[in-house]
Amino acid sequence: MTLAPDTPPPPGDSAPIFGTHLFDGCAAAKGYALNAMCFSFNEAANREAFLADEDAYCQRYGLSSEQLAAVRARNVLAMIEAGGNIYYLAKLAGIFGLNVQDVGAQQTGMSVDEFKAMLLAQGRKAGED
Amino acid sequence: MARIIGGYFTSHVPAIGGAIVRGDQEEPYWKPFFDGFPPVREWLEAERPDVAVCFYNDHGLNFFLDKMPTFAVGAAHEYRNEDEGWGLPLFKSFAGHPDLSWHIIEQLVGDEFDVTTCQSMLVDHALSIPFELAYPDAQEWPLKLVPIAINTVQYPLPSAKRCLALGQAVHRALASWQGAEKIVVIGTGGLSHQLDGERAGFVNPDYDRFCMDSLAANPEAICVDSTKEIVRKSGSQGVEILNWIAARGALGAAPARETHRNYHIPISNTAAATMLLETA
Repeated sequence: MTLAPDTPPPPGDSAPIFGTHLFDGCAAAKGYALNAMCFSFNEAANREAFLADEDAYCQRYGLSSEQLAAVRARNVLAMIEAGGNIYYLAKLAGIFGLNVQDVGAQQTGMSVDEFKAMLLAQGRKAGED
Repeated sequence: MARIIGGYFTSHVPAIGGAIVRGDQEEPYWKPFFDGFPPVREWLEAERPDVAVCFYNDHGLNFFLDKMPTFAVGAAHEYRNEDEGWGLPLFKSFAGHPDLSWHIIEQLVGDEFDVTTCQSMLVDHALSIPFELAYPDAQEWPLKLVPIAINTVQYPLPSAKRCLALGQAVHRALASWQGAEKIVVIGTGGLSHQLDGERAGFVNPDYDRFCMDSLAANPEAICVDSTKEIVRKSGSQGVEILNWIAARGALGAAPARETHRNYHIPISNTAAATMLLETA
Protein backbone atom coordinates (compact mmCIF):
# COMPACT_ATOMS: atom_id res chain seq x y z
CA MET A 1 0.00 0.00 0.00
CA THR A 2 1.28 3.46 -0.86
CA LEU A 3 0.16 6.40 1.13
CA ALA A 4 -0.79 9.48 -0.83
CA PRO A 5 1.79 12.22 -0.25
CA ASP A 6 -0.82 14.45 1.32
CA THR A 7 -1.99 11.81 3.82
CA PRO A 8 -2.02 13.62 7.15
CA PRO A 9 -0.20 12.00 10.05
CA PRO A 10 -2.33 10.67 12.90
CA PRO A 11 -3.58 13.42 15.21
CA GLY A 12 -0.91 14.65 17.53
CA ASP A 13 1.87 12.70 15.88
CA SER A 14 3.31 15.50 13.80
CA ALA A 15 3.86 18.06 16.50
CA PRO A 16 7.14 17.94 18.39
CA ILE A 17 7.03 17.38 22.15
CA PHE A 18 8.87 20.02 24.13
CA GLY A 19 12.20 18.85 25.52
CA THR A 20 11.68 15.29 24.29
CA HIS A 21 13.94 13.45 21.87
CA LEU A 22 12.34 10.28 20.56
CA PHE A 23 15.01 7.65 20.09
CA ASP A 24 14.20 6.63 16.52
CA GLY A 25 16.18 4.81 13.87
CA CYS A 26 18.16 7.91 12.93
CA ALA A 27 19.18 8.48 16.54
CA ALA A 28 19.93 4.79 17.04
CA ALA A 29 22.20 4.77 14.00
CA LYS A 30 23.89 8.04 14.93
CA GLY A 31 24.38 7.02 18.54
CA TYR A 32 25.44 3.42 18.02
CA ALA A 33 29.10 3.80 19.08
CA LEU A 34 28.27 5.88 22.15
CA ASN A 35 25.51 3.53 23.27
CA ALA A 36 27.71 0.50 22.61
CA MET A 37 30.35 1.96 24.90
CA CYS A 38 27.73 2.63 27.57
CA PHE A 39 26.40 -0.93 27.20
CA SER A 40 29.91 -2.22 27.89
CA PHE A 41 29.73 -0.59 31.31
CA ASN A 42 27.54 -3.43 32.53
CA GLU A 43 30.91 -5.06 33.32
CA ALA A 44 32.86 -3.66 36.24
CA ALA A 45 36.21 -4.25 34.50
CA ASN A 46 35.09 -2.00 31.65
CA ARG A 47 34.01 0.72 34.05
CA GLU A 48 37.46 0.56 35.62
CA ALA A 49 39.16 0.67 32.22
CA PHE A 50 37.17 3.76 31.30
CA LEU A 51 38.12 5.48 34.55
CA ALA A 52 41.77 4.53 34.08
CA ASP A 53 42.01 6.02 30.57
CA GLU A 54 38.85 7.66 29.36
CA ASP A 55 40.15 8.83 25.98
CA ALA A 56 41.60 5.46 25.09
CA TYR A 57 38.37 3.74 26.05
CA CYS A 58 36.30 6.12 23.92
CA GLN A 59 38.68 5.58 20.99
CA ARG A 60 38.24 1.83 21.32
CA TYR A 61 34.51 2.26 20.68
CA GLY A 62 35.04 4.69 17.81
CA LEU A 63 33.09 7.60 19.23
CA SER A 64 32.51 10.50 16.86
CA SER A 65 34.10 13.84 17.66
CA GLU A 66 30.66 15.12 18.70
CA GLN A 67 30.21 12.17 21.05
CA LEU A 68 33.73 12.55 22.43
CA ALA A 69 33.18 16.21 23.18
CA ALA A 70 29.85 15.50 24.87
CA VAL A 71 31.37 12.79 27.07
CA ARG A 72 34.38 14.95 27.97
CA ALA A 73 32.06 17.80 28.91
CA ARG A 74 29.75 15.45 30.89
CA ASN A 75 26.97 17.16 28.93
CA VAL A 76 23.93 14.88 28.85
CA LEU A 77 21.87 16.96 26.41
CA ALA A 78 24.82 16.95 24.01
CA MET A 79 25.13 13.18 24.43
CA ILE A 80 21.45 12.82 23.52
CA GLU A 81 21.94 15.14 20.55
CA ALA A 82 24.78 12.83 19.51
CA GLY A 83 22.44 9.84 19.56
CA GLY A 84 22.79 8.70 23.15
CA ASN A 85 19.87 6.85 24.69
CA ILE A 86 19.11 7.60 28.32
CA TYR A 87 18.84 3.92 29.34
CA TYR A 88 22.42 3.41 28.21
CA LEU A 89 23.69 6.86 29.18
CA ALA A 90 22.54 6.13 32.73
CA LYS A 91 25.31 3.55 32.97
CA LEU A 92 27.86 6.22 32.02
CA ALA A 93 26.31 8.68 34.46
CA GLY A 94 26.68 6.02 37.14
CA ILE A 95 30.44 5.96 36.59
CA PHE A 96 30.49 9.69 37.28
CA GLY A 97 28.49 9.07 40.45
CA LEU A 98 25.38 10.73 39.04
CA ASN A 99 21.85 9.38 39.42
CA VAL A 100 18.84 10.17 37.25
CA GLN A 101 17.93 13.16 39.39
CA ASP A 102 21.39 14.65 38.93
CA VAL A 103 20.99 14.03 35.21
CA GLY A 104 17.52 15.56 35.24
CA ALA A 105 18.81 18.63 37.03
CA GLN A 106 21.58 19.12 34.50
CA GLN A 107 19.24 18.81 31.54
CA THR A 108 16.67 21.23 32.93
CA GLY A 109 19.20 23.79 34.14
CA MET A 110 18.17 23.39 37.76
CA SER A 111 20.23 22.61 40.80
CA VAL A 112 19.70 19.07 42.06
CA ASP A 113 17.82 20.43 45.08
CA GLU A 114 15.60 22.51 42.81
CA PHE A 115 14.93 19.51 40.60
CA LYS A 116 14.00 17.34 43.58
CA ALA A 117 11.80 20.11 44.96
CA MET A 118 10.06 20.38 41.58
CA LEU A 119 9.24 16.66 41.68
CA LEU A 120 7.95 16.90 45.26
CA ALA A 121 5.85 19.93 44.34
CA GLN A 122 4.22 17.99 41.52
CA GLY A 123 3.25 15.35 44.06
CA ARG A 124 1.74 17.94 46.39
CA LYS A 125 -0.12 19.53 43.49
CA ALA A 126 -1.58 16.12 42.69
CA GLY A 127 -2.80 15.75 46.25
CA GLU A 128 0.00 13.42 47.26
CA ASP A 129 2.18 13.99 50.29
CA MET B 1 -6.90 -26.77 34.52
CA ALA B 2 -4.67 -23.77 34.91
CA ARG B 3 -6.24 -20.68 36.41
CA ILE B 4 -5.34 -17.03 36.09
CA ILE B 5 -5.87 -15.53 39.52
CA GLY B 6 -5.30 -11.91 38.51
CA GLY B 7 -2.45 -9.53 38.21
CA TYR B 8 -0.46 -6.86 39.90
CA PHE B 9 0.99 -3.78 38.29
CA THR B 10 3.85 -1.72 39.64
CA SER B 11 6.52 0.82 38.83
CA HIS B 12 10.09 -0.44 38.56
CA VAL B 13 12.54 2.32 39.45
CA PRO B 14 16.20 1.25 39.97
CA ALA B 15 16.37 3.33 43.15
CA ILE B 16 13.77 1.03 44.74
CA GLY B 17 16.39 -1.72 44.70
CA GLY B 18 18.76 0.50 46.64
CA ALA B 19 16.04 1.37 49.14
CA ILE B 20 15.30 -2.33 49.71
CA VAL B 21 18.97 -3.13 50.37
CA ARG B 22 19.35 -0.19 52.76
CA GLY B 23 16.11 -1.09 54.55
CA ASP B 24 14.56 2.31 53.84
CA GLN B 25 10.99 1.03 53.55
CA GLU B 26 9.83 3.07 56.55
CA GLU B 27 11.71 6.25 55.63
CA PRO B 28 9.31 9.14 54.90
CA TYR B 29 10.49 9.41 51.30
CA TRP B 30 9.91 5.71 50.59
CA LYS B 31 7.05 4.70 52.89
CA PRO B 32 4.20 6.02 50.69
CA PHE B 33 5.42 3.77 47.88
CA PHE B 34 6.20 0.64 49.92
CA ASP B 35 2.82 0.99 51.63
CA GLY B 36 1.33 -0.07 48.33
CA PHE B 37 2.59 -3.61 48.73
CA PRO B 38 1.14 -5.29 51.85
CA PRO B 39 -2.22 -5.94 50.09
CA VAL B 40 -0.35 -7.49 47.15
CA ARG B 41 1.67 -9.70 49.52
CA GLU B 42 -1.42 -10.79 51.43
CA TRP B 43 -3.18 -11.67 48.20
CA LEU B 44 -0.20 -13.67 46.93
CA GLU B 45 0.12 -15.40 50.29
CA ALA B 46 -3.53 -16.44 50.12
CA GLU B 47 -3.52 -17.46 46.46
CA ARG B 48 0.00 -18.93 46.18
CA PRO B 49 0.42 -18.76 42.40
CA ASP B 50 2.77 -21.29 40.78
CA VAL B 51 3.75 -19.27 37.73
CA ALA B 52 4.17 -15.60 36.90
CA VAL B 53 3.85 -14.20 33.40
CA CYS B 54 5.62 -10.86 33.56
CA PHE B 55 5.51 -8.09 30.94
CA TYR B 56 8.42 -5.68 31.29
CA ASN B 57 10.99 -3.69 29.30
CA ASP B 58 14.72 -4.33 29.27
CA HIS B 59 16.99 -1.37 30.10
CA GLY B 60 20.14 -2.56 28.38
CA LEU B 61 21.02 -5.69 30.32
CA ASN B 62 19.85 -8.44 27.96
CA PHE B 63 19.18 -6.49 24.77
CA PHE B 64 21.38 -3.97 23.00
CA LEU B 65 20.63 -1.91 19.92
CA ASP B 66 22.43 -4.44 17.71
CA LYS B 67 19.34 -6.64 17.90
CA MET B 68 16.22 -5.07 19.36
CA PRO B 69 13.11 -7.24 19.35
CA THR B 70 9.70 -5.61 19.55
CA PHE B 71 8.33 -8.56 21.54
CA ALA B 72 10.58 -11.18 23.15
CA VAL B 73 9.41 -14.23 25.07
CA GLY B 74 11.70 -16.08 27.44
CA ALA B 75 11.88 -19.85 27.02
CA ALA B 76 14.76 -20.53 29.39
CA HIS B 77 15.18 -22.89 32.31
CA GLU B 78 16.71 -20.10 34.36
CA TYR B 79 16.72 -16.30 34.24
CA ARG B 80 19.61 -14.53 35.94
CA ASN B 81 19.96 -10.92 36.94
CA GLU B 82 23.40 -9.38 36.38
CA ASP B 83 25.31 -6.16 36.88
CA GLU B 84 23.45 -3.34 35.14
CA GLY B 85 26.32 -0.93 35.56
CA TRP B 86 24.82 1.57 37.95
CA GLY B 87 25.46 0.07 41.34
CA LEU B 88 22.28 -1.92 41.77
CA PRO B 89 22.38 -4.99 44.01
CA LEU B 90 22.27 -8.34 42.24
CA PHE B 91 18.86 -9.92 42.56
CA LYS B 92 17.90 -13.58 42.80
CA SER B 93 17.62 -15.83 39.75
CA PHE B 94 14.29 -17.20 38.57
CA ALA B 95 13.36 -20.71 37.55
CA GLY B 96 11.71 -20.76 34.15
CA HIS B 97 8.79 -22.79 32.85
CA PRO B 98 9.97 -23.62 29.32
CA ASP B 99 7.00 -25.84 28.48
CA LEU B 100 4.54 -23.04 29.22
CA SER B 101 6.81 -20.56 27.45
CA TRP B 102 6.76 -22.63 24.27
CA HIS B 103 3.01 -23.08 24.56
CA ILE B 104 2.66 -19.27 24.72
CA ILE B 105 5.06 -18.86 21.81
CA GLU B 106 3.05 -21.34 19.72
CA GLN B 107 -0.11 -19.38 20.43
CA LEU B 108 1.49 -16.01 19.72
CA VAL B 109 3.03 -17.05 16.41
CA GLY B 110 -0.23 -18.82 15.53
CA ASP B 111 -1.95 -15.50 16.17
CA GLU B 112 0.54 -13.84 13.79
CA PHE B 113 2.75 -12.15 16.40
CA ASP B 114 6.34 -12.41 15.17
CA VAL B 115 8.06 -12.79 18.52
CA THR B 116 11.71 -13.33 19.33
CA THR B 117 12.22 -16.47 21.40
CA CYS B 118 14.96 -16.43 24.01
CA GLN B 119 16.35 -19.68 25.42
CA SER B 120 18.89 -17.56 27.22
CA MET B 121 17.76 -14.30 28.75
CA LEU B 122 18.99 -12.03 31.52
CA VAL B 123 16.35 -10.10 33.42
CA ASP B 124 16.97 -6.63 34.82
CA HIS B 125 15.60 -4.54 37.69
CA ALA B 126 12.36 -3.97 35.79
CA LEU B 127 11.50 -7.58 36.41
CA SER B 128 13.38 -8.34 39.63
CA ILE B 129 12.16 -5.41 41.70
CA PRO B 130 8.44 -6.23 41.40
CA PHE B 131 9.21 -9.68 42.83
CA GLU B 132 11.45 -8.26 45.57
CA LEU B 133 8.54 -5.99 46.53
CA ALA B 134 5.95 -8.76 46.45
CA TYR B 135 8.02 -11.45 48.21
CA PRO B 136 10.36 -9.46 50.47
CA ASP B 137 11.37 -12.36 52.69
CA ALA B 138 11.77 -15.07 50.06
CA GLN B 139 15.09 -16.92 50.03
CA GLU B 140 14.13 -18.21 46.62
CA TRP B 141 11.16 -17.41 44.44
CA PRO B 142 8.13 -19.59 45.22
CA LEU B 143 6.95 -19.49 41.60
CA LYS B 144 8.27 -20.00 38.08
CA LEU B 145 8.64 -17.27 35.52
CA VAL B 146 7.68 -16.61 31.92
CA PRO B 147 9.13 -13.19 31.01
CA ILE B 148 7.82 -11.21 28.04
CA ALA B 149 9.83 -8.12 27.07
CA ILE B 150 8.32 -5.25 25.10
CA ASN B 151 10.54 -2.71 23.34
CA THR B 152 9.99 0.70 24.89
CA VAL B 153 13.46 1.95 23.98
CA GLN B 154 13.98 2.26 20.24
CA TYR B 155 11.26 3.72 18.00
CA PRO B 156 9.11 2.66 16.34
CA LEU B 157 7.49 1.10 19.41
CA PRO B 158 4.52 -1.23 19.19
CA SER B 159 1.20 0.55 19.56
CA ALA B 160 -0.81 0.28 22.75
CA LYS B 161 -3.50 -1.47 20.74
CA ARG B 162 -0.97 -4.04 19.55
CA CYS B 163 0.29 -4.60 23.11
CA LEU B 164 -3.26 -5.19 24.32
CA ALA B 165 -3.73 -7.70 21.50
CA LEU B 166 -0.44 -9.39 22.46
CA GLY B 167 -1.68 -9.75 26.01
CA GLN B 168 -5.00 -11.12 24.80
CA ALA B 169 -3.15 -13.73 22.74
CA VAL B 170 -1.15 -14.68 25.84
CA HIS B 171 -4.48 -15.05 27.64
CA ARG B 172 -5.69 -17.49 24.99
CA ALA B 173 -2.50 -19.50 25.53
CA LEU B 174 -2.99 -19.57 29.29
CA ALA B 175 -6.66 -20.50 28.90
CA SER B 176 -5.73 -23.51 26.77
CA TRP B 177 -2.79 -24.64 28.92
CA GLN B 178 -3.51 -28.11 30.28
CA GLY B 179 -1.42 -27.77 33.43
CA ALA B 180 -2.92 -27.31 36.87
CA GLU B 181 -0.95 -24.20 37.79
CA LYS B 182 -2.26 -21.02 39.31
CA ILE B 183 -0.96 -18.13 37.22
CA VAL B 184 -0.36 -14.51 38.19
CA VAL B 185 0.17 -11.84 35.54
CA ILE B 186 2.49 -8.91 36.23
CA GLY B 187 2.88 -5.60 34.39
CA THR B 188 5.78 -3.38 35.38
CA GLY B 189 6.82 0.16 34.53
CA GLY B 190 5.61 3.74 34.60
CA LEU B 191 3.53 5.48 35.39
CA SER B 192 4.31 8.94 34.00
CA HIS B 193 7.96 9.96 34.06
CA GLN B 194 10.70 11.37 31.90
CA LEU B 195 14.43 10.95 32.44
CA ASP B 196 15.84 12.57 29.33
CA GLY B 197 15.76 15.94 27.65
CA GLU B 198 14.80 19.41 28.78
CA ARG B 199 11.43 18.04 29.95
CA ALA B 200 13.11 15.66 32.45
CA GLY B 201 11.09 15.37 35.63
CA PHE B 202 7.75 15.65 33.84
CA VAL B 203 4.87 13.72 35.43
CA ASN B 204 1.16 13.87 34.66
CA PRO B 205 -1.14 12.75 37.49
CA ASP B 206 -4.28 13.38 35.41
CA TYR B 207 -3.15 10.96 32.73
CA ASP B 208 -2.00 8.44 35.35
CA ARG B 209 -5.43 8.58 36.99
CA PHE B 210 -7.05 8.04 33.60
CA CYS B 211 -4.86 4.96 33.02
CA MET B 212 -5.58 3.54 36.47
CA ASP B 213 -9.31 4.24 36.14
CA SER B 214 -9.42 2.55 32.72
CA LEU B 215 -7.22 -0.46 33.39
CA ALA B 216 -9.71 -2.87 34.96
CA ALA B 217 -12.87 -2.27 32.95
CA ASN B 218 -11.90 -0.37 29.83
CA PRO B 219 -8.24 -0.83 28.83
CA GLU B 220 -9.19 -0.04 25.24
CA ALA B 221 -9.52 3.60 26.31
CA ILE B 222 -5.75 3.76 26.91
CA CYS B 223 -5.16 2.27 23.45
CA VAL B 224 -6.73 5.13 21.49
CA ASP B 225 -3.52 7.18 21.59
CA SER B 226 -0.46 6.61 19.41
CA THR B 227 2.74 5.81 21.30
CA LYS B 228 3.96 9.33 20.56
CA GLU B 229 0.79 10.75 22.06
CA ILE B 230 1.32 8.55 25.12
CA VAL B 231 4.82 10.02 25.39
CA ARG B 232 3.35 13.50 25.12
CA LYS B 233 0.91 12.76 27.93
CA SER B 234 3.08 10.65 30.22
CA GLY B 235 6.73 11.43 29.46
CA SER B 236 9.27 9.54 27.39
CA GLN B 237 9.55 6.70 29.91
CA GLY B 238 5.85 6.85 30.79
CA VAL B 239 5.42 4.80 27.65
CA GLU B 240 6.27 1.81 29.86
CA ILE B 241 2.49 1.76 30.39
CA LEU B 242 2.61 -0.56 27.36
CA ASN B 243 3.67 -3.32 29.77
CA TRP B 244 0.62 -2.68 31.93
CA ILE B 245 -1.66 -2.73 28.90
CA ALA B 246 -0.26 -6.06 27.68
CA ALA B 247 -0.55 -7.54 31.17
CA ARG B 248 -4.15 -6.35 31.39
CA GLY B 249 -4.84 -8.11 28.09
CA ALA B 250 -3.42 -11.34 29.51
CA LEU B 251 -6.05 -11.27 32.26
CA GLY B 252 -8.72 -11.83 29.62
CA ALA B 253 -11.70 -9.96 28.27
CA ALA B 254 -13.93 -10.52 31.29
CA PRO B 255 -14.02 -7.45 33.55
CA ALA B 256 -11.31 -7.55 36.16
CA ARG B 257 -11.98 -6.34 39.68
CA GLU B 258 -9.70 -3.64 41.05
CA THR B 259 -9.03 -4.58 44.65
CA HIS B 260 -6.13 -2.28 45.46
CA ARG B 261 -4.52 0.90 44.23
CA ASN B 262 -1.60 2.99 45.46
CA TYR B 263 -0.22 6.11 43.81
CA HIS B 264 2.59 8.41 44.87
CA ILE B 265 4.77 11.17 43.39
CA PRO B 266 7.74 10.99 43.28
CA ILE B 267 10.00 7.99 43.61
CA SER B 268 13.18 9.20 41.98
CA ASN B 269 11.77 10.95 38.86
CA THR B 270 8.68 8.77 38.64
CA ALA B 271 4.99 8.87 39.47
CA ALA B 272 4.90 5.45 41.12
CA ALA B 273 1.82 3.26 41.22
CA THR B 274 0.80 -0.18 42.40
CA MET B 275 -2.47 -1.86 41.44
CA LEU B 276 -4.04 -5.24 42.02
CA LEU B 277 -6.69 -6.65 39.68
CA GLU B 278 -8.44 -9.91 40.39
CA THR B 279 -10.18 -12.02 37.81
CA ALA B 280 -13.71 -13.25 38.36
